[in-house]
Amino acid sequence: MSVTSPQSRVWWKEPVEKVELIWVVVAFAWGIFMFVFMVAWHFIGRQNLSNETYRVAPSAFEKKAEDFAKKYQAREEDGVPVVKPPAGADVYLLGRTFQWWPILELEKGQSYRIHLSSLDLQHGFSLQPTNINIQVHPGLEHIITLTPTADGTFGIICNEYCGLGHHTMTGKIYVTQKKVAEGGAVATAAAKIGEAK
Amino acid sequence: MTSIDVASAGPLPRKTEFRQCQYTGLKVDIAAQTLIKVNAVAAVVFLAIGGLFGLLVALTRWPAVHLLSSEMFYLVLTAHGADVLVFWIVFFEVAVLYFASAVLLNCRLAAPKLAWVAFVLMVVGALVANVAVLQGESSVMFTSYPPLMAKPHFYLGLIVFAVGALLAVALFFATLVIAKDEKTYEGSIPLVTFGALTAAIIAVFTLASGAIILIPTFLWSVGLIGNIDPLMYKAIWWGFGHSSQQINVAAHISIWYMIGALLVGAKPLSEKVSRTAFLMYILFLQLASAHHLLAEPGMSSEWKILNTSYMMYLAVMASMIHGLTVPGAIEAAQRRNGYTHGAFEWLRKAPWGNPAFSGMFLSLILFGFLGGISGVTLGTEQLNVLMHNTIYVPGHFHATVVAGTTLAFMAATYIVLPLIFQREVILPGLARWQPYLFGIGAAGISLFMMGAGTLGVSRRHWDITFSDASISFQHSASAFLMMGLNGISALIATLGGVLFVVIVVGTVLFGQKVGPGHKLTFPLHAAGPEAVTHHGAEEAPKLTGTAILVAVFFICFVLYYFVNWKYLADLWLFR
Ligand code: HEM
Ligand SMILES: [Cu+2]
Ligand SMILES: [Cu+2]
Repeated sequence: MSVTSPQSRVWWKEPVEKVELIWVVVAFAWGIFMFVFMVAWHFIGRQNLSNETYRVAPSAFEKKAEDFAKKYQAREEDGVPVVKPPAGADVYLLGRTFQWWPILELEKGQSYRIHLSSLDLQHGFSLQPTNINIQVHPGLEHIITLTPTADGTFGIICNEYCGLGHHTMTGKIYVTQKKVAEGGAVATAAAKIGEAK
Repeated sequence: MTSIDVASAGPLPRKTEFRQCQYTGLKVDIAAQTLIKVNAVAAVVFLAIGGLFGLLVALTRWPAVHLLSSEMFYLVLTAHGADVLVFWIVFFEVAVLYFASAVLLNCRLAAPKLAWVAFVLMVVGALVANVAVLQGESSVMFTSYPPLMAKPHFYLGLIVFAVGALLAVALFFATLVIAKDEKTYEGSIPLVTFGALTAAIIAVFTLASGAIILIPTFLWSVGLIGNIDPLMYKAIWWGFGHSSQQINVAAHISIWYMIGALLVGAKPLSEKVSRTAFLMYILFLQLASAHHLLAEPGMSSEWKILNTSYMMYLAVMASMIHGLTVPGAIEAAQRRNGYTHGAFEWLRKAPWGNPAFSGMFLSLILFGFLGGISGVTLGTEQLNVLMHNTIYVPGHFHATVVAGTTLAFMAATYIVLPLIFQREVILPGLARWQPYLFGIGAAGISLFMMGAGTLGVSRRHWDITFSDASISFQHSASAFLMMGLNGISALIATLGGVLFVVIVVGTVLFGQKVGPGHKLTFPLHAAGPEAVTHHGAEEAPKLTGTAILVAVFFICFVLYYFVNWKYLADLWLFR
């Protein structure tokens, strides 16, 4: 039976079944739609990962983070400074085996320029339970403009394997209600969003 | 590619011994048959070892059991990834390549001696890498991102393995050339071989990327190179890591077509469409490695979008096409076989008691619904931030590579045992259940890991209670529940896996020899051999059932996609 000759030698000229054709068109159109939507989210969405990245020596980044913590330190928790920067400030958060440093205290509805980098290996910034996950590299300073939309206590865990202590690597962000009139906060947040690309 | 010259241009081609297969009429080169056997056996050995490691990992991640110490956990997880994702899969793929070239084309295998060299290199490489991991100090996960550093022989083992695999791929090409020269087939190669060819072409690119990045990394680990840029490493490493998944997809889709052909006599709906879809993998998938870098600093949005949409969606489209043409071809064939009632009689009356069929169809469904939909969602630039590096990621790829590829390879094994090993499958009653057990278990681990990931649980993480952390953190109770359900599913998958290994090893050692005139326990379809070795499209088929299936699939896809955008819109704002 395997010696019978092929049914149609010119397979590339055969007609295509209707159902098949419809499906090809649907699949293609859906691909185009997903592409357009991804681009569109840069304009209509409020969650787009920033591309602002600079090369930085780990020691230089450590210095910046320490200066930042000293400048805005509010208190201390188990030897770790809790830092309360003003709205709109440059905020430094460093990852190192096995700690996110320092602890931050932010205000709901305010935007901050968060500088993320690592002093040693790659780490995974994973804000919980909000579930924002960003890769952190040594030597790259990644700047994200972040606006908390809920108050409470949030954990940062590490979700890039970084050695045997990986599961002990945590950090914390407190988000407090804004003290002054609510309207003001909302207005500044809205203005900030408005100026996004 | 000197092997081609050695094999085909030599004045005296080696004396080849053939036998004729009583079920398919194919001429089988005995040397090729032996090589298919040894590669398949090596594959199953690594599946057994790696699967056991998988169970240990899952039991550790089950909070109520928490089996291993943290050090052992990271060690075993590294071994699990390497043994199943690399060694099991690639050994099996080499067997598939030899089968799709030499056997399906009635041809001799090019240079069997070199094929043995390839095999030995692969075995040695795999053993060396395993030893390195088991010695400790190389618990860097199979991705081995610098600056995390393993012992030099870890990288060396992987490099040697890749060289062996590359040689095997070269022999596949050489065999195609010989078959063409010696006119062992007429017209174009059959679709299954065509699919294997696309897998092989992608493999060249893939293994080259692997070598390009692992060789300098090896030199770095022995101190000859000062520094490996982590971002550059990742970009090239995923050229290997992701494209190798494309090899798997091309290989297991070829197997879907093959099993459909052999068991129900399915011919492609349209050769043109199916082949074009395979070609699209070659053209578009390589760059999709970008979707592993979506949460990375230092890459522009334009670059991410271009590489994940234009490139990836065309490859996704190709998979969606196969997702219609494979069940469509089966439906058409079953209707020809007389199952014409309603929309689904063809499916109800399919050979569900044959593990090759049930394994193949479950693989198709689970790969599409769980693996495909989650993969596209995960690979969307902004949505990636929701699950990057959470345990959602292993959830997604256990749907693709375990429920999809591994299950398809298991299904194919039930055909390879009687046809190539020429042994009757032992324990047929249990064999009938094996694909269901493994499929349900694999679907469970995929779903529950995805669920836990959505709740923020990290991948590659020993302790979700963070008991040793200086700053405490607690996951939600539902996250713990998900990880527990994942553990239970792992037990089911392991049961299916153990059964598979027992059946394969038992059959190879003790199965009844298949003599002339033997009636197979799991028979082939009378028109099967023709459907698999020749090309030609199905004529004027009726495809109501398949149309409904893909419509349901599409609705699930769209809903799930938008649900995730909704999740994203509820996050803190960032830009
Ligand atoms: C009995 C079957 C299996 C079970 C129970 C299982 C379970 C698991 C679990 C729980 C993880 C850990 C997730 C984490 O902590 O990050 C994992 C990781 C992984 N599994 Fe499996 N698995 C099984 C089979 C397979 C197979 C057959 C493959 C490949 C074909 C595979 C490939 C992987 C890979 C590549 C990883 C990631 C390792 C890493 O993150 O470095 N698994 N598996
Ligand atoms: Cu870390
Ligand atoms: Cu970590």
